[in-house]
Amino acid sequence: MTSLLHLLFAPGFLASPPVRLALLTGGVAAFVSGAVGAFTVLRGQSYAGHALADLSVTGGSGSYLIGISPLLGFAGTGVLAAGVMDMIGIRRPRGRDLATGIVRGAGLGLAALFLFWDTTHTNTSGVAVTILFGSMFTISPAVIPLVVGCGLVALAIVAVLYRPLLLSSVSADLAAARGIPVRAVGLLCLIAIALAVSLSALTIGTILSTALLVGPAATALRITDRPGRATVTAALLGVAVTWLGIVLAYDSFTWPPRHDGWPVSFFVVALILVGYLLAQLVGRRRPVRRVES
Amino acid sequence: MTMTPVTVARSDRATDVLAIEDLGVRLGGRDILADVRFTIGAGEFVGLIGSNGAGKTTLLRVILGLAAPTTGTVSICGERRAARKGLVGYVPQKIQLDPDMPVRARDLVGLGLDGHKFGLPLPSRGRRQQVDEMLRAVGAARFADERVGNLSGGEQQRVMIAHALISSPRLLLLDEPLANLDISSAQEIIALLARVSSQRGVSVLISAHEMNPLLPVMDRIVYLAGGRAASGTTTEVVRSEVLSGLYGHHVDVIRVHGRVLVVAGTGDGLDIPAEAGAVGGAVGEAMAADHPPSLGEQVGHGRSLGHGSPDDGQPGDQA
Amino acid sequence: MFAPFMINAWIVATMVAVVAGVVGFFVVMRGSAFVADAVPQGAFAGAAGASLIGVSTLVGLSVFALAGALGIGLLGRRGRHDVATALTLVLMLGLGALFLSFTTQYSSEIFALLFGEILGISSSEILPIAVLGLVCIAAIIVMYRPLLLSSLAPESGEARGVRAARMELLFLIVVAIATSMTLPVVGALLIFSLMIGPPAAARSLTGSPLRAMALSVVIAVALAWVAIAASYETDWPVGFFVGVGGAVCYAGGRGWAAWSAARLPPAGSSPPVAPVAPAAPAAPVAPVGS
Repeated sequence: MTSLLHLLFAPGFLASPPVRLALLTGGVAAFVSGAVGAFTVLRGQSYAGHALADLSVTGGSGSYLIGISPLLGFAGTGVLAAGVMDMIGIRRPRGRDLATGIVRGAGLGLAALFLFWDTTHTNTSGVAVTILFGSMFTISPAVIPLVVGCGLVALAIVAVLYRPLLLSSVSADLAAARGIPVRAVGLLCLIAIALAVSLSALTIGTILSTALLVGPAATALRITDRPGRATVTAALLGVAVTWLGIVLAYDSFTWPPRHDGWPVSFFVVALILVGYLLAQLVGRRRPVRRVES
Repeated sequence: MTMTPVTVARSDRATDVLAIEDLGVRLGGRDILADVRFTIGAGEFVGLIGSNGAGKTTLLRVILGLAAPTTGTVSICGERRAARKGLVGYVPQKIQLDPDMPVRARDLVGLGLDGHKFGLPLPSRGRRQQVDEMLRAVGAARFADERVGNLSGGEQQRVMIAHALISSPRLLLLDEPLANLDISSAQEIIALLARVSSQRGVSVLISAHEMNPLLPVMDRIVYLAGGRAASGTTTEVVRSEVLSGLYGHHVDVIRVHGRVLVVAGTGDGLDIPAEAGAVGGAVGEAMAADHPPSLGEQVGHGRSLGHGSPDDGQPGDQA
Repeated sequence: MFAPFMINAWIVATMVAVVAGVVGFFVVMRGSAFVADAVPQGAFAGAAGASLIGVSTLVGLSVFALAGALGIGLLGRRGRHDVATALTLVLMLGLGALFLSFTTQYSSEIFALLFGEILGISSSEILPIAVLGLVCIAAIIVMYRPLLLSSLAPESGEARGVRAARMELLFLIVVAIATSMTLPVVGALLIFSLMIGPPAAARSLTGSPLRAMALSVVIAVALAWVAIAASYETDWPVGFFVGVGGAVCYAGGRGWAAWSAARLPPAGSSPPVAPVAPAAPAAPVAPVGS
């Protein structure tokens, strides 16, 4: 039994402070992403989530320039970008995707500039890698309060707005008819997405935070039809995947080719994808009832 | 329900533009359509009438070759696989119509001519003349150079009809073209179709849930209910005995001022549809005043009588 | 700016812009924004993997771009399209992260792949890039009409034998090829701006599809040239100018559209058409012979 445990958990796993921090922040980030992600997928806003993730690159790279915590940079630009996207506010999905992409492009262009300045003007090296691929094992404890704070805000938005959000995701007109401020609700949802994405940008990097946002949620929606259950399932799935990813990353420190570990982000993403594909296979057994007129 | 559907006045086989034999479509364990058979002759104007969910779109898709029937055959001008040879023109219920799209009315009509051919369209005067002539024929010349997304519903219908007609099909299929039009636009479109049909000898099969606007121009009607069809002239088909057979229980057919009203039996189904279209609402309410318990639905509004209501599947939205 | 070592950059940038304009026209027409965004990022992983095993980056790019495009196309048929795109994308990016962690070269290489590097193209690479570019342009020209029809009225296309699924797949492949040739110059993250901004502007300027496509190319080339010149002068990354420039194009297009809409009478207005049918609009109980 102990040898099995040792197989799974390389020695010193739980004793190591960076690992404990990783489990905590990674867990929080994953939980929030999963819960918010359920609504992202329901609203068909995966692309917006991805764009917000990329835009937080701008914030992250900017944060190194002015010396603030990267999470603040991520979250700050994320929320700002959410506001801009809402302002552009095109209702047709195609026009909306287009505008989202353009904003993302402009933001990334700025990020290119900031990163360039980072490497030439400041001393930080490898900023790009850290921002893009995360720093799960090198998170400083000082950031914990901010992590928890952002997480709570995002979860609060989802919890408080649960029913209006659900209704307006299904039909904006129905929601408006009931007096729900659809635009404000949409903006708050975008902000929640921005916060969730910032958190996972910290842990597994901006490029991959979309996976944590969309993957567990899509998997959960395959398994269950009920939105409440899907939200909770997605959150728990996200945490499970992250923790397992951390375990594997820690174990991989002894693996080839360089014996300093495979990236956590890779494991997390791979596990998410495996989960999604499994859910697809299981979901296929349910007969698809397509009725035409 | 094993009543044989009524098929009256079959036209001469040699000139059948469309012949449907024993058609059945089964999806998800349900018989969407069963034992459907009818024919359409050259230049005939046929209305495919049924309420939402009755199977009209399914039938049209089968005719087009977009869906395979479970049983039965579809022949177009004697050919089984003719749908892709340009014998059938199709006006779908909706197309992608972004106002920003850089596609003018004349471009869309031009695509009807050669949209399936590879390569860039070479500017040729002949092609442009054909497009212009078609646009004139449907009354769309005025807005030929407008973006399709900026046109009104009625104008878009005209352009779509031109698009379908320009390749000179033998049969024109229209999937609920009147559904989102106001009454005068709908009448214009119907008159346009009737004119085009007689001038060019094109057979028309137009699906609708409301038969009254089509009464003046229909040669024959195919009435869908309960997954089965009855075809013939309006007087032959739209009768209480025939429709009751289709629906599976008693319905009355009432003619008032040249309009037709189909009314459910007494006792249940006291639905007066809020917007009952042409005549049904006013007359229905008048009738209600006289006979409070016996009310029904005008053809096509509300649910299929007694058969539950399948969800109305929308043509697939692109992500 | 026109020194010998810059010539390559100008040549390649022009080719890249032409392809971006042509392919981007359809990306915008079909609303494939997310897909066109995802394929380049997946390709990035291929470049990382290629440098790992010592293969030409271009090959790695192309392989992953194609794999990504096909993955999105096939996965998208089963589940939700946007989710399929997102997940295919992140899988490739995850692999990219893995490959990168195996290599020892880091920041500048990643930076170049992600944000573009004008000086990074060697003369030996010009020919393969040109070939790929020609393939893309030829493919779009050949598929022009069926692709346009399928994008606008898919069912009408199906009725004529133009299968929407096949068009989608072919188009994705073209996007993949376009990606692999544009990525080294403009960078994975910003190809999209080059592909989207110019067509978005072009469509505001003209209603004819052919003219809009030609205009996309012109605007894309102009954008690329401005970006390179500016990058050369300021030393700032090309990607910055492309990203911001793309947004300027888009905003300019929308501004123009709004301004001309305000200036002229509304597009759809015309005197009400006299009813074609002799019958007057029916009052509910108007007698009509049956």
